[in-house]
Amino acid sequence: MTGRALTFGLFLAFILITLGITIWARVNTRGADDFYAGGRTFSGPQNGVALAGDYMSAASFLGIAGIIALNGYDGFLYSIGFLVAWLLALLLVELVRNAGRFTLGDVLARRVRRQAPVRRAAVVSTVTVSVFYLLAQMVGAGALVSLLLGIHRGERFLGMDAATAKTVTIVVVGALMIFYVAFGGMKATTWVQIIKSALLMAGAVVLTALVLGRFGFDVSAMLGSAADASGKGEAFLRPGLRYGQDVPGDTYRTIVNKLDFISLALALVLGTAGLPHIVARFFAVPDGRAARTSVSWAIGLVGAFYLMTLALGFGAAALVGRQAIVAQDPSGNTAAPQLAQAVGEHVGGRVGGDVLLAFIGAVAFATILAVVSGLVLASSTSLAHDFFGQVLMLGRPRESQEVAVARFASFLVGSLAIVLAVVARNLNVAFLVALAFAMAASANLPAIVLSLFWRRFNSAGVVAGIYGGLIAALVLVFFSPVVSGKVDPVTGESLSLFPAGVDFHLFPLENPGLVSIPIGFACAVAGTFAGREKADAERYDDLSVRALTGAGSH
Amino acid sequence: MVGGLAPVAGYERFLLLRRRFRRAAAMLVAGFLGWYFVYVGLSAFARGFMARTVVGHVNVALLLGLLQFVSTFALTAAYLAYARRRLDPLAGELR
Repeated sequence: MTGRALTFGLFLAFILITLGITIWARVNTRGADDFYAGGRTFSGPQNGVALAGDYMSAASFLGIAGIIALNGYDGFLYSIGFLVAWLLALLLVELVRNAGRFTLGDVLARRVRRQAPVRRAAVVSTVTVSVFYLLAQMVGAGALVSLLLGIHRGERFLGMDAATAKTVTIVVVGALMIFYVAFGGMKATTWVQIIKSALLMAGAVVLTALVLGRFGFDVSAMLGSAADASGKGEAFLRPGLRYGQDVPGDTYRTIVNKLDFISLALALVLGTAGLPHIVARFFAVPDGRAARTSVSWAIGLVGAFYLMTLALGFGAAALVGRQAIVAQDPSGNTAAPQLAQAVGEHVGGRVGGDVLLAFIGAVAFATILAVVSGLVLASSTSLAHDFFGQVLMLGRPRESQEVAVARFASFLVGSLAIVLAVVARNLNVAFLVALAFAMAASANLPAIVLSLFWRRFNSAGVVAGIYGGLIAALVLVFFSPVVSGKVDPVTGESLSLFPAGVDFHLFPLENPGLVSIPIGFACAVAGTFAGREKADAERYDDLSVRALTGAGSH
Repeated sequence: MVGGLAPVAGYERFLLLRRRFRRAAAMLVAGFLGWYFVYVGLSAFARGFMARTVVGHVNVALLLGLLQFVSTFALTAAYLAYARRRLDPLAGELR
């Protein structure tokens, strides 16, 4: 009980501190520059820390640690994909920052003749990707917080059972994120990210040090111990337990598994630079050079963090053990908190275990809150600036009007996410994270890259590329085994969104990227030629000069 | 103000800047994507090779995975240095 009270107390402390920051930010947020881009006063390193905070979701902290703890090496493949992807962001960040003001829509609309349809497409894609990603995070939050507070085993907390606690958590997380964004805008969100990043790095460093300390700082000994405890031996340390599995005697299945794995790898590496909340943060710095610095800081932090997932995951496999992890959560999301308790107990007895568990629990909570806030901010910025400001008001709204709309939009998007998350609270929505990456890679990346580098590209091309990539990813996932038709061969339980017995899957891959990303690029090119609209050479030149030199940037 | 900076696109210094950026970008993308997919391909298709022991319980798969981290950090540092030396001064002249 003391542990639970401590966990709850740390949650409250984080909430109070961030609410204080939000109120401070509210006082200091006046115009659109403040609300959308934090007044562009954040330094490169500060924004880099915040970028890392936006990026390292609970899915990557708890999720990867869990996948490694249960499936060994294959979880590490996620870490690598998530990190390598940043090199693309490093190349694009400066150009995007120089060419745009607040949003992806600004960058895409700069060189085309017909702005309205381009901005509408950018809004649709930003909001869709954000909402799917939000849904994954919030449903995860519901399950996680009840686990962290220990109310999953029929116990009660503050008079709530597990089911109620899940719903209450989703609503509270949603209300907080709306509050941060609606009142504090980019300033509050950035500070929330910075605090979260610092907490997460501190938590990971402490855990990693304690885990490695248990093995005398001998990584090989840790790996060996994890392999022994896993019951799978050295295979636990090799690729193939989860992704790209070889199915003896079934060549078709084997090939599908391999392609699925490659498809996932592709979406991870190409999705990052198109994620709406990442792109939105490119604009929170004074200039392109600071934007580049911020991405380099993010690469350093994200890389250090994902290296530590090795110790967290294999450490949990060795010190907590598969059985204990699966007993708490079959998907392994509690592996990291359980590891915290185990290594804490070893150092400081019962109290040590409780304290470290409470700390890691609070870190996970902060992580969820920070990421969802970033997503809501990106969507409401896009709705208010691109749709309300530029499409409805033809680029002539009063700034105060636009900011008011942005605050209202954050309420709308946030409420929508809460309702959807409550409805979906008992579904297996973990696939939505990979889907969000696939959509970002299929819809946003072709539009960004071709806008910056293809002279012939035009409005019809942007529109076709964004909708084509988005729809391709969505349709392919809808008809894939993650939605229907995947059944556990042993228990007969459904591993899909729909219950066992419903099976309308047509597309064999669980990850759409391998097909939907080429479709996104193809639609962009086809749309350009089908549009029969001559590209505006002068505007393309203007964009190139702005993007590469930073001249005339906001 | 539409297309206001377009004339700069014809300047020789700008063309040089654009050439340099595109060459660096192409090399970086080809380098990291190529190396990443070599690694992904080996993970999917060359499991025997990936399973080989390097030292203790550390196998080739883990070593190559760690090298992905090393290469990402190294490429980042290289691009930052290149941009500071070869791109920023040109961009500064044109701004």
